[in-house]
Amino acid sequence: METPEYLLEIKNLIAEFDTDEGRVRAVDDISFGIRPGETLGVVGESGCGKSVTALSVMQLLPQPMGQIAGGQIFYNGRDLSKLHHTEMEKIRGGSIGMVFQEPMTALNPVHTIGKQLAEVVLLHMPVSKQQALALAIKILKRVGIASPEIRMGEYPHQLSGGMRQRVIIAMALVCNPSLLIADEPTTALDVTIQAQILELIKELQQDRGMSVMLITHDLGVIAETCDHVVVMYAGKIVEKGTVFDVFDNPSHPYTRGLLDSIPRLQDENKSRLNTIEGMVPGLMDLPEGCRFENRCPYKQSDCDTASPPAELITSEHEVSCYHWRDLIAATA
Amino acid sequence: MSALLEVKNLKMHFPVKEGILLRTGAYNKAVDGVSLTINAGETLGLVGESGCGKSTLGRCIIRLYDPTEGEIVFEEINITRMQGKSLLPIRRHIQMIFQDPMESLNSRHTVGDILEEPFIVQNIGKSEWRKKRVRELLDIVGLPARSVSRYPFEFSGGQRQRIGIARSVALNPKLIICDEPVSALDVSIQSQILNLLIDLQKEFNLSYLFIAHDLAVVKHISDRIAIMYLGKIVESGGSQEIYHHPKHPYTRSLISAIPSPDPHNKSKRQVLTGDVPSPINPPSGCSFHPRCPHVQDQCKHNRPELRTTSSASQIIACHFDV
Repeated sequence: METPEYLLEIKNLIAEFDTDEGRVRAVDDISFGIRPGETLGVVGESGCGKSVTALSVMQLLPQPMGQIAGGQIFYNGRDLSKLHHTEMEKIRGGSIGMVFQEPMTALNPVHTIGKQLAEVVLLHMPVSKQQALALAIKILKRVGIASPEIRMGEYPHQLSGGMRQRVIIAMALVCNPSLLIADEPTTALDVTIQAQILELIKELQQDRGMSVMLITHDLGVIAETCDHVVVMYAGKIVEKGTVFDVFDNPSHPYTRGLLDSIPRLQDENKSRLNTIEGMVPGLMDLPEGCRFENRCPYKQSDCDTASPPAELITSEHEVSCYHWRDLIAATA
Repeated sequence: MSALLEVKNLKMHFPVKEGILLRTGAYNKAVDGVSLTINAGETLGLVGESGCGKSTLGRCIIRLYDPTEGEIVFEEINITRMQGKSLLPIRRHIQMIFQDPMESLNSRHTVGDILEEPFIVQNIGKSEWRKKRVRELLDIVGLPARSVSRYPFEFSGGQRQRIGIARSVALNPKLIICDEPVSALDVSIQSQILNLLIDLQKEFNLSYLFIAHDLAVVKHISDRIAIMYLGKIVESGGSQEIYHHPKHPYTRSLISAIPSPDPHNKSKRQVLTGDVPSPINPPSGCSFHPRCPHVQDQCKHNRPELRTTSSASQIIACHFDV
């Protein structure tokens, strides 16, 4: 069998939720791929569907409200949405590792670190309990936890936030995954600890040739760690490309607005920041046309007719806006 | 010009209860000897990592906590030990904006009730006048007048923060303590709120104590910045100075740890090792020494006091000029 270009490829994914007010589409027809050894960043504001995308890949949408209503998710050429749940259980935590945002809720408070790590190993690898514990100690050492033998016997509440996040990363990596999905891995952490964790993920990736899907709202984190970026807004991908494409040449008004609204250290004090006026539309009343239309400073009369299709700017840089050429011309 | 607020050697030590008899075994020295001043119309940014005592300091100043030691002088009146009713006129002039507007707004009150309450507490104006003032406040923070009869849960995070801001400016205060006012918000909303705070400051000549962990945000809004580490200020100065010429090793690593939104600038970061130590049992000497890349022998034994540097307005607590 020919090896596919992408380790993970998402094609026309649609994820929906049943709510009291009816069915909402949290992710609407998105497609992207991650190559082996590559880091892909998914960036967007709360509610844009970035976490739902990650949960869809892992087949972990909350049941029974959430479901994948369309599209395919190929991992190593296999469609994950067609796998039996027992097969999915082998992949989850085995060849795809996952790191969640909140390190306190992702660990079980009544079991020791060692027990929780060894459990993962025993589930996925044909090893004895002794070997599993040895592997757990090795991975704790690798993620930079001092005296791992002692930490193995401790409970999550005895560790600091940064250490807990290291344990979560250790747990995601202990089975040597080929893909790591990290959902806001550093958002709850202080900047100096965030720098440590990002550095650690980068090192481990280089060691192991692992692919990473990094979900964050922080454009700085994306610029520092990712090769490719996907920008999401209200359930749709508005722009994707290499980090250089997207940061040097942002071609969607939303991407541009996001980049302009971050305060930068070089700015003059108390200067007015650029803002994106208004708010994200609710998933219950999405506009028919472009979803950014009500906040877009470049809006034209045809924007509210139909959702703009993705257009290629360069071979890897794609944007979903009818008027991206005007935008580039206006700011050139 | 005398300062609007002067904090002198403030300490806030929380007793840590231990054992079944709940004896006080140790003290959590959340704030341990902090001095600062804020002038009228000025923003002082207070930066530090979680647990450094920055929020505790803010809450001491507005007298939600009774400080263990030290003095808080507001408009030349010592308010450190004031209790009960005597605080009421002071509170009119010092207000607070909290990080999580969902938790700091009463979910059973309408926005109108929430915004009217400061006037009722302070016994200002008649009902009709207060109602009119509430509508003005909504207009000032950019919310529609119909918000009056709505409840906090009907608003988005950014709008709720606007309600919190409207409440804090209701009584025309002189000083507002902003405790992480934008950390819970999305980037595009964060910039709207920062702009609003900057506009309000100009319009009403407000002073801010702006507490946050995000140095880029603090630098943007502040005239001066103070950096806290384990209950103490380790460096303070003008915000341009602090950014362009940070002198304390901790400030330098904080600045270098901020991920820059420019992929061409994947800087070689100076990554600090280890975690912030516990304020219950802080390290000997300089409390930053276990993580400091420039640590020397004397750092382990002698605690550095704040001292002036080559730049007159910048002070640091470090033995060396690194």
